[in-house]
Amino acid sequence: MEILVCVKRVPQVGGRIVITPDGQDVETRMSGFAMSPHEECAVEEAVRLTQRFGGTAVVLTLGPPEAAEQLREALAIGAGHGILLETDGREWGPIATAAAITEAVRRKAAPGPGYDLLLFGNEAADTGDYQVGVRVAESLGWPCATGIKQLEIDGATVRARREYRGTAETFEFGLPAVVTVKEGINLPRYPSLPGRLRAKRAVLEQHQPQWSADGLRKTGLRVPAERRQQATVLGSGPDAVPALVRMLEELGVLR
Amino acid sequence: MSVLCLTELDATGSVASTSLRALALARGLAAAGTGQLAAVVFGPADQLPLDELGRAAVTDVYAVPPDHLAGYAPRAWASVLAGMIAQAGATALVAAATDRGSEVMAYVGAITGQPVAANCLSAESAADGTYQLVRQRWGGLLLEDAVLEATAALLTVVPDTPPEENEAALHTTEPALHLHRPELTDADLVVRAAETADHGGGASLATARVVVGGGRGVGGPDGFAPLEELASLLGGVVGVSRVVTSQGWRPHSQQVGQTGTKITPELYLACGISGAIQHMAGCGSAKHIVAVNTDPAAPIMSRADYAVIGDLAEVIPALVAALKDRG
Repeated sequence: MEILVCVKRVPQVGGRIVITPDGQDVETRMSGFAMSPHEECAVEEAVRLTQRFGGTAVVLTLGPPEAAEQLREALAIGAGHGILLETDGREWGPIATAAAITEAVRRKAAPGPGYDLLLFGNEAADTGDYQVGVRVAESLGWPCATGIKQLEIDGATVRARREYRGTAETFEFGLPAVVTVKEGINLPRYPSLPGRLRAKRAVLEQHQPQWSADGLRKTGLRVPAERRQQATVLGSGPDAVPALVRMLEELGVLR
Repeated sequence: MSVLCLTELDATGSVASTSLRALALARGLAAAGTGQLAAVVFGPADQLPLDELGRAAVTDVYAVPPDHLAGYAPRAWASVLAGMIAQAGATALVAAATDRGSEVMAYVGAITGQPVAANCLSAESAADGTYQLVRQRWGGLLLEDAVLEATAALLTVVPDTPPEENEAALHTTEPALHLHRPELTDADLVVRAAETADHGGGASLATARVVVGGGRGVGGPDGFAPLEELASLLGGVVGVSRVVTSQGWRPHSQQVGQTGTKITPELYLACGISGAIQHMAGCGSAKHIVAVNTDPAAPIMSRADYAVIGDLAEVIPALVAALKDRG
């Protein structure tokens, strides 16, 4: 089974997000980078499926040369091959990103064997666009399910399950297909030492797709006004419990 | 030249609160144009909340009956909406950024080749035919100002923004009801949902009145018993931070945060949680936040209303005992 899993390099933000002085980007001089959380699970799912059914989990990212780091993270936990669609650091919208990924899927299908399954994270942690998987599926004419928390593959049939307002929705369709997953579908493993060494030595496939504008133009980023205050300290340790109980009474949450 | 809004109904047959917010944004766009606002509802035409839609200033309701479309089929919904945009010469299509709304809108974008602006908070049409937007990034931790240029603006609206109070009461229309029986292709119906009752924990966490949160400070999978006991005494549920689920201490369905559940309780009692912003993206709408933490400099201290400095393993059992004594 040939699986392509697509990941995005995003800043690791912890205590707070800082904007660059020009108001255009997240300040990353002090932060590390990681793939989006949903995508860590997509990589894990791809590795599990290839361990079960054979074949290769190929990991792809579209991003600056530094995004090779995220490919190597995926290779370290068991992906077999990495593809970097290298950009000049500009932000790519969902239409251009989907076009570049579609091109990569067709490039693989030309000599064959093509991919059976494309896995994405449901939405990127930074832009939250919720579109790339669907747009790729539509341009390939493949079925697609989004927001998936449970995935079963039986021969050439996909059964994908998600929750919607307390109801489980199950989608069933044939391969080849596109599935976008959410965190919780599995618990991603930690890389092993041999995995890390293999990832470090791996030769990445590289391409330079063409950027294009898509009609939605960012003019700036802002941190929203938020409630910032210093908490009123009720006390220390178990001695604070009587004050805590009085406060819960005042808030009206005691039954 | 109308504005269309994909409108979802809740379990009681009323307009879903998420769709009311989408309708409010759509109403603003319609008011700046011809005033024509059409709600598109996938469901039976005889049980529609027409009064409620009228109060939301909806002028036209298009019902797509289920006999034509059994089960949720995202591409079919999108194909119907794309057809309506073309037929009505609609200037905008708006939907709530729910799983369904976001998914259907992505298909509409893919089918029409148009951009989609996801997670909008506001949208205004400018004189040159473009739209000025504010949308959320990072699950609401950042705002993006953007300009959208498209023949039809495709917008999803953040589902958990505060509702606009009383504003809807100012408008009242008598919407005209139209039955819409679309032509669908086989490709539209390949992906179709089969629905079954779900017993996951996510729904009760999202609506719980009290949430007792546990983070890294709980120390391991065995440390949650006092939190569970406290939650049950307060009539609430346990929620956890991402580190707890990624360590496998608790199931992902209990995660509060950007990649988990967004909660809106009266009280969030955050125990041993440092307060990373991804976590705050999920609990920032709590009415009151109380932190129990050993570190007085933890980020949660600048977001909580009250704090107890101390080890949750001592404080929580003492609180449980005090609440039991109280009867």
